[in-house]
Amino acid sequence: MATPLSKITAQKGISLAEATRRIADLGWLPTYAQQSLKYPTDYKFSKAPKDPMKQVLRSYFPMQEEKDNRVYGALDAGLRGNMFRNVEPRWIEWMKLFLAIIPFPEISAARSMAIEANVVPGHDLRTGYTLQMIDEMRHSTIQMNLKKWYMENYVDPSGFDITEAAFGKCYATTIGRQFGEGFITGDAITATNIYLQVVAETAFTNTLFVAMPSEAASNGDYALPTVFLSVQSDESRHIGNGHSTLMSVLNDPDNHLLLERDIRYAFWQNHAIVDAAIGTIIEYGTKDRRKDKESYAELWQRWIFDDYYRSYLLPLEKYGLKIHHDDVQAAWDRIIKKDYVHYVAQFFSAGWPVNFWRIDPLDERDFEWFEYKYPGWYNKFGAWWENYRALSKPGSTPVVFADTGYVYPHRCWSCLVPCLIREDMVVDEVDGQLYTYCSEQCRWTHKVAFASEYQGRPTPAMGRFSGRRQWEEVYHGWDLADIIQDLGFVRSDGKTLIPQPHLEFDDAQMWTLDHVRGYELRSPLIDLRNMNPEQRQKHIDQYRQGFSVHKI
Amino acid sequence: MATTFNKSAAAGAKKFADWDSRHYRYYKPKGRKATLYEDVTVDVQPDPNRYLLQGWIISFADGIPAYSPTRTRLNCSDWHFYRAPDEEWERPHYQRQSAIVKMIGQAVANARQQKAVSNFDPDWVHILQDHVSASKHAEYGLGTALMSAQRDGMTQMINNSILTNASYKLRYSQDLTLYFADIAPDFSQTFDESAGKEHWLNDPIWQPTRKLVETVLATADHLEQYFAINVLIEPLVLELFRSGFVMQLAALHGDFLTPTVISAAEADYSRNMVNTISLMQILADDEKFSQQNQKVMTEWLRRWWPLATEAAQHLQPIWSLPRVKARGFADAMKNAENHVQQILRQIGVDFEEGGEHS
Ligand SMILES: [Fe+2]
Ligand SMILES: [Fe+2]
Repeated sequence: MATPLSKITAQKGISLAEATRRIADLGWLPTYAQQSLKYPTDYKFSKAPKDPMKQVLRSYFPMQEEKDNRVYGALDAGLRGNMFRNVEPRWIEWMKLFLAIIPFPEISAARSMAIEANVVPGHDLRTGYTLQMIDEMRHSTIQMNLKKWYMENYVDPSGFDITEAAFGKCYATTIGRQFGEGFITGDAITATNIYLQVVAETAFTNTLFVAMPSEAASNGDYALPTVFLSVQSDESRHIGNGHSTLMSVLNDPDNHLLLERDIRYAFWQNHAIVDAAIGTIIEYGTKDRRKDKESYAELWQRWIFDDYYRSYLLPLEKYGLKIHHDDVQAAWDRIIKKDYVHYVAQFFSAGWPVNFWRIDPLDERDFEWFEYKYPGWYNKFGAWWENYRALSKPGSTPVVFADTGYVYPHRCWSCLVPCLIREDMVVDEVDGQLYTYCSEQCRWTHKVAFASEYQGRPTPAMGRFSGRRQWEEVYHGWDLADIIQDLGFVRSDGKTLIPQPHLEFDDAQMWTLDHVRGYELRSPLIDLRNMNPEQRQKHIDQYRQGFSVHKI
Repeated sequence: MATTFNKSAAAGAKKFADWDSRHYRYYKPKGRKATLYEDVTVDVQPDPNRYLLQGWIISFADGIPAYSPTRTRLNCSDWHFYRAPDEEWERPHYQRQSAIVKMIGQAVANARQQKAVSNFDPDWVHILQDHVSASKHAEYGLGTALMSAQRDGMTQMINNSILTNASYKLRYSQDLTLYFADIAPDFSQTFDESAGKEHWLNDPIWQPTRKLVETVLATADHLEQYFAINVLIEPLVLELFRSGFVMQLAALHGDFLTPTVISAAEADYSRNMVNTISLMQILADDEKFSQQNQKVMTEWLRRWWPLATEAAQHLQPIWSLPRVKARGFADAMKNAENHVQQILRQIGVDFEEGGEHS
């Protein structure tokens, strides 16, 4: 006979603190066989980290199952409530990009836990890493499921239907790969603890998983908030893992030099990548133009500057760690004074034919909001967006090839976002080869941080930037129509493009391969490398002077 | 009404090229129709051989990229062919794990309520305290090895299978730990919770098992770890102990509770075993690398079989400890060896003399 529930719950098991103590005691120091570290680190550990969160799997699984029930229940409710009748297509289109990128960083974070757990001594935090590993599998598959749900229910599924293939090929998602590969490659602690936990998760998940949901909701999308707030609720665990591991790393003063390097690299690159993507989606993917709504710059100030920089990074100084205040200030300046997000949006819209989502032209309400939030915006960007709208009809010249004064940008070899703030563009040589960077910090990242030694200290575990990093190089000299075909960004009729510079759901208004034939794409870096020194210097000087767009 | 309809962004509101393209169309489902598991899993880990246009863009200092087929000695003409037979992704994983946790919680609560624990045979309590409790460290070690192995597979399908396997093993090792902690106060005699670790570290009975587990922990090839654990170590040592000993004898000693905890591990293993067989079968039968892979697997069998057998044989004295005798060790061992042979037949690897290690 079963015991009544009330009696069962009244029964006392052991306390959580006792449970975690016993579980940490499952580990032992091997004596028969020694592991050689597959994923080494140049950091040293003199102290094993503690688990401040005291979690065990038996309380974790039911809690997560319950969270899942709420998420899937809400998706069902969204359909019953006909969410897609009122959702803003401008927003959902950007989800084709966002949800193509994000599952890869998630699975990378799961892999990352293998690496971290292998190098960090002790067993106290092992359960913390285990929970994070399983969480990350949750995040990737729950996001894939959300994307499938959009594909099944949104008016234009095209782009969702090729999502993971598109992720591997697109010139914008390459930026997301830099982010995700950073979690699993190179020095084990640099990748897992600093780049992933201490910076990406602690600083930037608020913009990813809190700001995005609130923007989604104001565009009639109730599904994304349910999924992403649930994802974010796992994040405090990961931040805890990160902090605890960091404290143990900090404990050895020998590590401080590397920590300074890694926090600098990770902060700058997270800023460059996450602010580019999320800033653009939040500011340009929305129809909500209420003036009392916080802009991305305002959110950034609250979450990154106040919460993260002031309350998390600054206190690390008392351990003797050097924090690069100037970089935080520089990132802030890029957002507030140097129009970083606006230039990224401009770049994505310039590249619309090689996207796999639609970008809606801006209208007067948008202009008004941008001018209100970012005074002077219209003078700098108004003509561009007027042109974009004017050239959105099939048969027009694709805006990037039109004579508007826009200069297609160089790529930053480090963050892979283009060198959009023209005056900050830097060139340098590494191992005899010329590269372009968006900023001095990114130049430093490639040349100084990702190298075999750092300030005279050997760093054999550090990673290297590799592969065909610059997307434009792959298609240098190709015809635009051939590129799109090669990318597979064509609908199944064999001619209509997946991307469109508008939200017209009508074949007569949609661009086909014929409309984009006859335009040649070039890699600015290859052209730059082929110049003689004088030409090159002249080109760089001109590039740094910027450009101005005129209305056609 | 018409205007509302026109503004709608719902599926079917407008008809144009690909308005009804409502399936992921970049991969070939295994069956006639894509499963939900496939949709949320396939191609999430990119591959330069499929869609990764620019290749991997960060490498280790030695030039090896984020994922590399050189991380295992097995080779495959299409790593993306494998699908986990258990089709696990996040939701079913949490549902299943949570169901196990709840089942154990309920069973323990019921038994404690009925004072069942104080009726366990005192000799049996000693066995629980010293040996069943020692086994939790072996389970933990294998979970740890699998957690490390999930880093390296060439697809999301492979890595997810190894990841969920790690999750199951680690849960089970915690289940056992907390099970003993929960019931410890209920025994009529003192139950020493630290005895299990003591036996694990020092008792000669457990040393070859510890050596086996430490060796698999120290193995760099992730598929060798996955193979060694599910093809040899589980059946020859841990299933042998769980199923060939604990499950046979607990009830005879008044213990109806421990089998509940153990049976969850048995069910976990049967899923993970099927996943492993499916992957290894694909590799053993590969159109290009079949011979090479069979050779590697044979080498692994030569390496791990003797280690696992030695571990198993050292556990034999445990079979003579219980007051009431049931099936003997030799019988259990024979079953275990048959199980391995059966697994090998399913994988399709030719390895005639399982006993050649003797
Ligand atoms: Fe995550
Ligand atoms: Fe950069």
